[in-house]
Amino acid sequence: MANSPAPGGPAVAVSDLRMRYGDKDVLTGVDFELQPGGVTALLGPNGAGKTTTVEILEGFRARSGGDVEVLGTDPDHGDERWRARMGIVLQEWRDNHKWRVRDLLAHFAEYYRPYSRPWDADELLELVGLTDQAGQRIMTLSGGQRRRLDVAAGIVGRPALLFLDEPTTGFDPHARREFHDLIHRLSDLESTTILLTTHDLDEAEKLAERILILAGGRIIADGSPDALARAAATTAEVKWIQDGRLQVHATDDATAFARKLLATDDGAVTDLEIHRASLEEAYLTLVEQFEAGEADAAIDTFQEVTK
Amino acid sequence: MNPTAHAYRTGWRRALIETRISLTTPSDLMGFMLPVGIMVTVLLFLRGVDIEGTSVSLGSMSMPSLIGMMIVWSGVLGVQGVLVMDRTNGTLLRAKSMPGGMTGYLIGHLGSIAIFIAFSVTVLMIVGLVFFDGLAFASPDRWLLFVAVFALGLAATMPMGAVLGALIDNPRNMGLVMMPFMGLIAISGIFYPITALPGWLQVIGQVFPTYWLGLGMRHAMLPDAAVAVEIGDSWRTLTMFVVLAAWAVVSMALAPKLLSRMARRESGSSMAARRKLVEQNWG
Repeated sequence: MANSPAPGGPAVAVSDLRMRYGDKDVLTGVDFELQPGGVTALLGPNGAGKTTTVEILEGFRARSGGDVEVLGTDPDHGDERWRARMGIVLQEWRDNHKWRVRDLLAHFAEYYRPYSRPWDADELLELVGLTDQAGQRIMTLSGGQRRRLDVAAGIVGRPALLFLDEPTTGFDPHARREFHDLIHRLSDLESTTILLTTHDLDEAEKLAERILILAGGRIIADGSPDALARAAATTAEVKWIQDGRLQVHATDDATAFARKLLATDDGAVTDLEIHRASLEEAYLTLVEQFEAGEADAAIDTFQEVTK
Repeated sequence: MNPTAHAYRTGWRRALIETRISLTTPSDLMGFMLPVGIMVTVLLFLRGVDIEGTSVSLGSMSMPSLIGMMIVWSGVLGVQGVLVMDRTNGTLLRAKSMPGGMTGYLIGHLGSIAIFIAFSVTVLMIVGLVFFDGLAFASPDRWLLFVAVFALGLAATMPMGAVLGALIDNPRNMGLVMMPFMGLIAISGIFYPITALPGWLQVIGQVFPTYWLGLGMRHAMLPDAAVAVEIGDSWRTLTMFVVLAAWAVVSMALAPKLLSRMARRESGSSMAARRKLVEQNWG
């Protein structure tokens, strides 16, 4: 089939993606590849171009330049068969609000029948935890329930690739946690590739195996949450108790310092703690500078830190 | 399984579900019943008012005209309103995100609105036959005429609603269509014979389908003597069909292009921008 990616090919391949609105460059050369499976977060401050990037991948927006392949097809030329293999969950969907929950999923499933074996509505409702709401009208759902329904609608055709746009904006902590559990269930369940956009580092760290940070129109950092965190940790703070007093020491090489400390303390050191300068701090600095209009400085600082 | 045929079938199922939803949602039902109920009540009181030169009361004469108006009203404004609202709440974008979804969406909504119009026309027709003197289907060919005018009315007005719905990006601008629309009803001979108007207004009225749908319905349901108040003392059957067919052809030619343009432009950010606009407008 012309539409299928070569076996083992990437789910998403983006090279030198550019987008320009009028005389404003939003994307200035984005490069990344996603291998099939796993959760990737596209993280970045508001206005960094995350939504633009994802809309280009979804085939909802024509790009200004560069090469893009999603599931082996250029999104500008994606047909219905291609469309059937991806699911899209937007930030704020209020569609079909007079419908009943179960009716909507059963109806949406119909659209995928020529292309795949869609989910049974009841099984899907159970997966997303909405069995009790099956007969309710959609407008009576809470925000968290509504978003879980959106996820169900996004995966009803068993997509190979799922896009989630800012999935937990406006959630209370409980709804957020339930939603995160759902995403974990999904990524375990089938080999769906999930790309989520978020401006929230904490969410990216909790959900994603890989984080792409988008700022200033390009990807400025790419790696697992751990790798990014380690990269961000240039200095570490070592704390311990000795002779009943709290001691603090800042060092670039915490391991060597700790080894030396413990080798010479004669057992007097207790409560040893090592704190690395966190990715969170580096990211917050990036966002702050970004919002202050100092995009270039922000990226320089961030890349300096995570080098 | 042929994917295109499947999308049409799925769309038809959507039409049936949408119809069921409309009939079980009190606000939807009231939105239809209230204005129609008021108009019918007014016409009931006009049963005693005679029109010069005929044996038919103003109430009886206006009842078939009201049926014709109902087709234009629901056909144009119904389709237009659905398209504009569904772009704001994301229903259209959702359809775009599914394989065959846009086809299914359009078939579903055109189908459910057509069913809805058929339902309201039937209700009005029965009320007319039961409560208004002089209203009857004199011969089988009048039935045929009624059905033909109804069908051509849908074909002329629903694609026009789609054209307007595709052109109007901001829900606030729906008023731009609504106001001239009301004015048009006033000069289309719905609640009073068009011959009572100045000549130039008669000309404008006769450009649009509202007049011709009213005329066709009057022809189908009124006694022959009522033709005396029409322009040229004639039902002008051929002209009526030609004008309505012309509107149908023009709007059906425009609708697909404009709808696909509308669909192509739809994205999450364009929807968010539109919603922001609405929130600013309406607090």
